[in-house]
Amino acid sequence: NSHNSSGGSTLLGYIGIDTIIEQMRKKTMKTGFDFNIMVVGHSGLGKSTLVNTLFKSHVSRKSAGWARDEKIPKTVEIKAVSHVIEEGGVKMKLTVVDTPGFGDQINNDNCWEPISKYINEQYEKFLKEEVNITRKKRIPDTRVHCCIYFISPTGHFLRQLDTEFMKRLSHSVNIIPVIAKADTMTLEERQEFKQRVRKELEVSGIEFYPQKEFDEDMEDKSDNDKIREAMPFAVVGSDKEYQVNGKRVLGRKTAWGIVEVENPNHCEFAQLRDFLIRSHLQDLKEVTHNIHYETYRAKRLNENGGLRDEPALPLTLYRLLF
Amino acid sequence: MYMLYEASINRMRVSVCVSLKQRNLEGYVGFANLPNQVYRKSVKRGFEFTLMVVGESGLGKSTLINSLFLTDLYSKDYPGPSQRIKKTVQVEQSKVLIKEGGVQLTLTIVDTPGFGDAVDNSNCWQPVINYIDSKCEDFLNAESRVNRRSMPDNRVHCCLYFIAPSGHGLKPLDIEFMKRLHDKVNVIPLIAKADTLTPEECQLFKKQIMKEIQEHKIKIYEFPDTEDDDDNKLIRKIKEKMPLAVVGSNVVIEVNGKKVRGRQYPWGVAEVENGEHCDFTVLRNMLIRTHMQDLKDVTNNVHYENYRSKKLAAVTCNGVDTSKTKGQLTKYGTISGKYPLAQMEEERREHVMKMKKMEAEMEQVFEMKVKEKKQKLKDSEAELERRHEQMKRNLEAQYKELEEKRRVFEEEKANWEAQQRILEQQKLDASKTMEKNKKKGKIF
Repeated sequence: NSHNSSGGSTLLGYIGIDTIIEQMRKKTMKTGFDFNIMVVGHSGLGKSTLVNTLFKSHVSRKSAGWARDEKIPKTVEIKAVSHVIEEGGVKMKLTVVDTPGFGDQINNDNCWEPISKYINEQYEKFLKEEVNITRKKRIPDTRVHCCIYFISPTGHFLRQLDTEFMKRLSHSVNIIPVIAKADTMTLEERQEFKQRVRKELEVSGIEFYPQKEFDEDMEDKSDNDKIREAMPFAVVGSDKEYQVNGKRVLGRKTAWGIVEVENPNHCEFAQLRDFLIRSHLQDLKEVTHNIHYETYRAKRLNENGGLRDEPALPLTLYRLLF
Repeated sequence: MYMLYEASINRMRVSVCVSLKQRNLEGYVGFANLPNQVYRKSVKRGFEFTLMVVGESGLGKSTLINSLFLTDLYSKDYPGPSQRIKKTVQVEQSKVLIKEGGVQLTLTIVDTPGFGDAVDNSNCWQPVINYIDSKCEDFLNAESRVNRRSMPDNRVHCCLYFIAPSGHGLKPLDIEFMKRLHDKVNVIPLIAKADTLTPEECQLFKKQIMKEIQEHKIKIYEFPDTEDDDDNKLIRKIKEKMPLAVVGSNVVIEVNGKKVRGRQYPWGVAEVENGEHCDFTVLRNMLIRTHMQDLKDVTNNVHYENYRSKKLAAVTCNGVDTSKTKGQLTKYGTISGKYPLAQMEEERREHVMKMKKMEAEMEQVFEMKVKEKKQKLKDSEAELERRHEQMKRNLEAQYKELEEKRRVFEEEKANWEAQQRILEQQKLDASKTMEKNKKKGKIF
C-alpha cells in the first residue's frame, strides 16, 4: 500500500528531495545568468529611458557614454551594451541591444533586415558552440530573449512599419509590444487605442509573447490570458525622482502635475515590469531556447544536409538526426 | 524726404523720385477717414484664408484646427482624414464660412492625410508641392485674363508643419519637407502633442530644432518687425518660443470652478489656453489676431512672385506652353536678359543644327536599309539556286527511273513476242499435223 493509483508512491518518511529547489537556487546564485533584451522603435519613443527604469540603473546605451543628441544614423545599427547587476545575491549579466536608425529614414524599406540578421547570427553562434566536439562548460548565451517593440502613441492605428516588423520577426524572437510615452493620451484614448491595436495585431496574425500556442497547462493559460488581455502595456519611463505625498517616486514633472511611473493609475509600467522581470523572465529564456532556437536549428541542419563549415559532425549528433 | 518707389524686381522697373515735404494742414480735410473706408470695403468683401496642415497621422492636426477656430470641422458625423487610413498621400480641402463681429472669413483648410505614414516615404511631399503650385497657377491665369472681375484667392497662405514630440531633434523627413517647401509657402513649424514633454525637455527640444533649421538653411516664416517698440518686444518674445509647442482640445473641463478647455489626465489637467502649459494661445493670436494679413501679404509678394517669375522665365526659354500664355503680358526678354532678336537667332541656329542632325540620321538609316535589302536579295538568290539544283537532280532521278522502266518493259515485250511466235509456231505445227491426220483418214 505504498503505491497510489496515479502511479506516484506515498513516502514513508522524509527523504529530502524537496531540497533540490534550494540546491538549484544556490547554483543559480553562484553562476548567475544572462538576459538579453532588445529594444526596437523609431527614435524619440523613450526606449533608453524605459530600459533604465526597468532595471533601475543606467544600463542603456545612452548612459554608457554616448552623447545625448547624436545624429540619427543613415542605416539601422545594432549596438549592444552589457552590464552585470546584482540583487539579493543573484548576479545577472544584462545585455541591452539598441537599434538606432530603425524607422527614422524617409525610406524605411527593409529596415528590419539588420535586426533579423543580428538575431539569427546569435542563434548561429550558439549552434556552432553546441555542435562543437569539445564544448564549453557554459555556452555564452547572446541570443535575444526578448524584443520590446515600441508603438508610437498616435491614438489612431498601428503604422505600416509596425505590422511589417512584427509580422516578420514574431516567429524568430519573443516580441512584447508596448505603447510608448503613454502620458500623451488620456485614459479613454488609451483604452480605445489599445483595443484598436490588439484587433489589428489579431487580424494580421501577429503572435506576440506570451504566445497562445506555448501555454503549457490550464494555470498557465489563465495567467497568460489575463496578461494578453492587458497588452500592449501603455508605459511611461523616467529615471528622475520627485517627492509626492512624502514619498520619493520616479516620475515626470509637468506644469499640471507629476506623472508617477510606478502608479498603476497613471500608467502600466509596474505591470510590464512585474510581467517581464518578476514572473516571466525565466519563461522568456526557455521559450527562446526551446522553441525559437530549436526552429532555427532544425532549419539550419535540414538545409544542405547540415553545417557546411564543420568537417565532421560528432557521432552523437548523427545518431540524433538519423 | 526722398522716396524711391520700385515695383517688384520681375515686373518692369519703374523708378519714381518724389520729393515729399511734410506740410501742415490749415483745416480738417477728412482723409484721415481713409482707413475706415478701406475697412468698410474689406468687411463687405469678406476675407479669405487658406491654411494647410502637414504632418504624420496621429499628431493632433484635426484637433488643433478644431481648437483654433472653435468649430468642429472634423466631427463624429464627418470624420476627418485621420479616421481613414490612406495608402498614398492625398490632399483634401474643406471650406468653412466663419462670421464674427460682422466680419466674414472664408476659411479653407487643406489637409494631407497619409503624409509620412508609409514604410517608404520618398517623394511624399510631391502631392503637396503640386497642390500649392496648381493654386498659384490658377491665380496666375486669373490675373492674366482679360476679364478680371472675380479673382478668388485660393493660394495657400500658411503651412503648419507638425513635428512629432520625440525630444531629440528633427527627423530626416521633416528636414527634407521643409527644405522643399520653404520657397513656396510660409512654413510655420509646430511641436505637436506638447503635453508629452516636461518644460525642460521642451526647451532643449526647441533649441535643438532651431539649431537644425539654421544648419539646413530652412527659411521658416519670420515675423516682421514693426515700428512700435512694444509690439517689437512681443514679437521678440514670440521668436524666442519658436517652434511653438501646442496642445489641442475641444473638451471643456472644470478646474477649480473654472471651465477650461483641456485634457484630463489622472495627474492633472493640461489646459490648452494656459500660457504656462503650452503655446497654443501664442499660435492663435499670431495666426488669427495679428499676423493673418501679413501671412497673406508675404504669400502674395514673395512666394507667389517667385512662382510667377520662375514660370514665366521657363516659358520664354523653351518656347513651350504657348497655349497657356495667350492674352498674357508678353515676354519681352527682360527676364533672361537677352534681346529677343538674339534669342531668335539662337533658336534658329539650334533649329538648323537639329535639322542637320536629323538629316545625318536619316542617311544612316537609309544606308542600313539598303544594305539589308541587298543582303536579302542575295540570300533569296542563293536559295533559288539551291532549289534549282535540287529540282534538276530530282528530274534526272525520275528520268533514270523511267528509263529503267522502259527497259524492263522492252524486255517483257520481247519476251512476250517471243512467246507469241512460239505459240504461233505451235499452232501452225498443230494445224499441220491435223491436216496430215485428216488426210490420212484418221479423223472421222
